[in-house]
Amino acid sequence: MKLALNEDQRLIKDSAAAVWKDRGAVERLRKLRDAGDATGFSRALWDELAGLGWLGLPFPEELGGVGLGVTELCLVLEEAGKTLAPEPLLATTLLAGSALLLGDSDAARTTWLPRISAGEVIATVAWQERARRDEPLSCAAVARSAGDGRVSLHGAKREVLVGAQAELIVVVARDEASGQLGLYAVPGDAEGLTATPLVRVDAFPCARIDLDGVVVASDARIGGAELLATVLDRAGIGLAAEALGGMSAAFEMTLGWLRERRQFGVPIGSFQALQHRAARLYIDIELCRSVVMAAARTADQPGVPAAALAQVASLALARTTDTFLRVVDEAVQMHGGVGMTDEHDVGFYLKRARVVAATFGDAAWHRDRWARLAGY
Amino acid sequence: MSDLDGFRAEVRAWLEEHAPISLRGRPGDIFHGHWGGRRGGFESPDHERWLRLMVERGWTAPTWPTEYGGGGLSRAQDAVLQSELRRLRLPPPLIGFGLVMIGPTLLEYGTEAQKREHLPPIIRGEIRWCQGYSEPGSGSDLASLQMRAEKNGDGYVLNGQKIWTSYADESDWIFCLVRTDPAAKKQSGISFVLVDMDQPGVTTRPIKLISGASPFCEVFFDDVKALARDVVGGENNGWTVAKALLRHERTMVGEVFARSVMGAEAELLGLAREALGPAEGTLADPLLRDRIVQSAMDERAFMLTIQRIQDAAKTGQPPGTESSILKVYGTELNQRRRELAVTLAGADGLGWEGESYASGHLALTRDWLRSRGNTIEGGTSEIQLNIIAKHVLGLPDGGAR
Ligand SMILES: Cc1cc2nc3c(=O)[nH]c(=O)nc-3n(C[C@H](O)[C@H](O)[C@H](O)COP(=O)(O)OP(=O)(O)OC[C@H]3O[C@@H](n4cnc5c(N)ncnc54)[C@H](O)[C@@H]3O)c2cc1C
Repeated sequence: MKLALNEDQRLIKDSAAAVWKDRGAVERLRKLRDAGDATGFSRALWDELAGLGWLGLPFPEELGGVGLGVTELCLVLEEAGKTLAPEPLLATTLLAGSALLLGDSDAARTTWLPRISAGEVIATVAWQERARRDEPLSCAAVARSAGDGRVSLHGAKREVLVGAQAELIVVVARDEASGQLGLYAVPGDAEGLTATPLVRVDAFPCARIDLDGVVVASDARIGGAELLATVLDRAGIGLAAEALGGMSAAFEMTLGWLRERRQFGVPIGSFQALQHRAARLYIDIELCRSVVMAAARTADQPGVPAAALAQVASLALARTTDTFLRVVDEAVQMHGGVGMTDEHDVGFYLKRARVVAATFGDAAWHRDRWARLAGY
Repeated sequence: MSDLDGFRAEVRAWLEEHAPISLRGRPGDIFHGHWGGRRGGFESPDHERWLRLMVERGWTAPTWPTEYGGGGLSRAQDAVLQSELRRLRLPPPLIGFGLVMIGPTLLEYGTEAQKREHLPPIIRGEIRWCQGYSEPGSGSDLASLQMRAEKNGDGYVLNGQKIWTSYADESDWIFCLVRTDPAAKKQSGISFVLVDMDQPGVTTRPIKLISGASPFCEVFFDDVKALARDVVGGENNGWTVAKALLRHERTMVGEVFARSVMGAEAELLGLAREALGPAEGTLADPLLRDRIVQSAMDERAFMLTIQRIQDAAKTGQPPGTESSILKVYGTELNQRRRELAVTLAGADGLGWEGESYASGHLALTRDWLRSRGNTIEGGTSEIQLNIIAKHVLGLPDGGAR
């Protein structure tokens, strides 16, 4: 495992930086939020991402992908995170995409992955029911036999990323007969499925999903609990990369302000109390970069054991969620009054950091899992 | 088979044949091993044989040029050699400030004559060096140093005092920062001079640390002589050399702490199980358990950062700014670990000496106390943060404090 970028990876990172930046960074999210935009992201940009091949970066070429890995996708996500881009790359390519890619169903793979890569399908995974992640996962949603080899799904899911826009929702439900968890590929417009948009603090698109006897063919089941664990860990690593981008941008913004803002006749960045706090944030951000790079490369190792993947995912999420929160708290503080205004961009990072920390489990949860994995 | 694979095979075969059996499985580190010098005895005849064997191949200083007795290895070959030494868990044949501080600095700034005179005895472990930077009035503000060196014929006469000089009482030579031009402003009047300590007028007095040991000293200079040819980098140009050496020192310190933090989780967990039980399953105290995880995660993140810096260097990328964080983070990480270790041990971690305490527990107490110095020696954490703020983050100078 090499913790350095190769030439191709550098190119991807540079072009990702350019693509997101050209769109006007946080300004874009602000406009979508203020307009109460029903889509919540840019379809035009989504098509462009498809053209660049990024929606299928980690899928094999025969399925419309580029044949690269989580490592490369994380570079794109990191750059997206810098500008708080709400395009559902993580939900589509890393959550649902991983479920399809690594799942049991060839049919589902060949049906959906080329369409995801082409930008025709927004996809997500509906797994969460409780406010906090728990283990074993609480899952009251059930899959009930509906005759003719079909199953019907009943229950409710919350915090489903891009749930109201998704054309494909991979639903986690418990088989009523066996008690086993299953992942079921469900079209977003299936009968009996209702998506209610959730307006969350970060303004990223998200929904509550109600399943009232949604009937699917039995081959809609693409995997079970093990698949779900892997999917959540891969997506967790992607989210950590996004968080790395977010904290870096909030930090850069703060450094700019420290150089520019003057009080007592000097730039506030010359005050040692602030310099040392900035230096400590820098150290923590660099440590985050190392764990994110290592986690992504681990995810790309062929046949990586689930426990090893879980361990690096927890390392990456524990560190990045905590550091992101600390960076944005300090960023607002060092901006002073202007940092409290809605007009300033820094508050968007503060809000996003809070959501990131509560998405796949917060730092405390991941430390607890680390210890469990290590047997203590 | 690539060249490196061939080199690895050769090294492995040579070590298997020659490395003393009694030393295998006894790894040391940069602070635990044979320090060399005129007064340095050997722990055992095998330690002496091990040094002689490695000196013959130049592998006490593997990357230094062969004309001075070094091994002439590339960095990649050195990495292979180190990994083969680790494979047999062999101690380094020789350690000391000659190898990690003054040697690299002479390679960078020394004249050909200085290299020929001073590098071979370092490589052979014949001369032990110490670092005469700090003075009673000049620590963080090192450039304010007062020790004088006055021109006298073909050399200098030195008067003044150094303090906190690690191992001065066991060293043969000292590299000193001295003031050669009192009229010049601070940094510009300083010279970097090499001084033989075996002469009249040099007095060392050990200082006892809170951990009980006395590894460092006051050093007094009373009309001590230094030769003009022993000034490194030119008269009044010592500050440049001093800073270069500090870079070598901080790299070394970062690497030391990288290695010393390895295995934190296992050590802490062992102590926790001993004190808290049960032997299997979840630790009884959830808060201490969380602190152990934090320590383990911090360690992993730190090791990965070191790897990232090394990998970037290997691919020929210019050295990034990341290495500036190693000294601050590595030392604080070690402190947190030592603190957690005594915390977990409870009353077992309180012993100072005596038969009533296990030697492992006594070491916990001493190591915890000694670790407090990590964030002071080699430049305090505050000074490192100043450097990061100004030189890495580009924050402005000169604000109200
Ligand atoms: C175990 C050990 C071994 C050592 N070995 C050697 C050796 O071999 N050779 C040698 O020359 N020296 C050695 N030293 C000395 C060491 O380099 C100094 O102690 C160190 O540089 C700090 O200097 P000082 O002790 O004078 O503290 P001071 O400089 O007086 O610092 C006191 C406090 O003030 C803070 N401070 C000072 N300036 C600033 C600033 N600008 N901004 C913010 N805070 C500031 C410091 O961080 C510190 O917390 C050793 C020290 C220790 C503890």
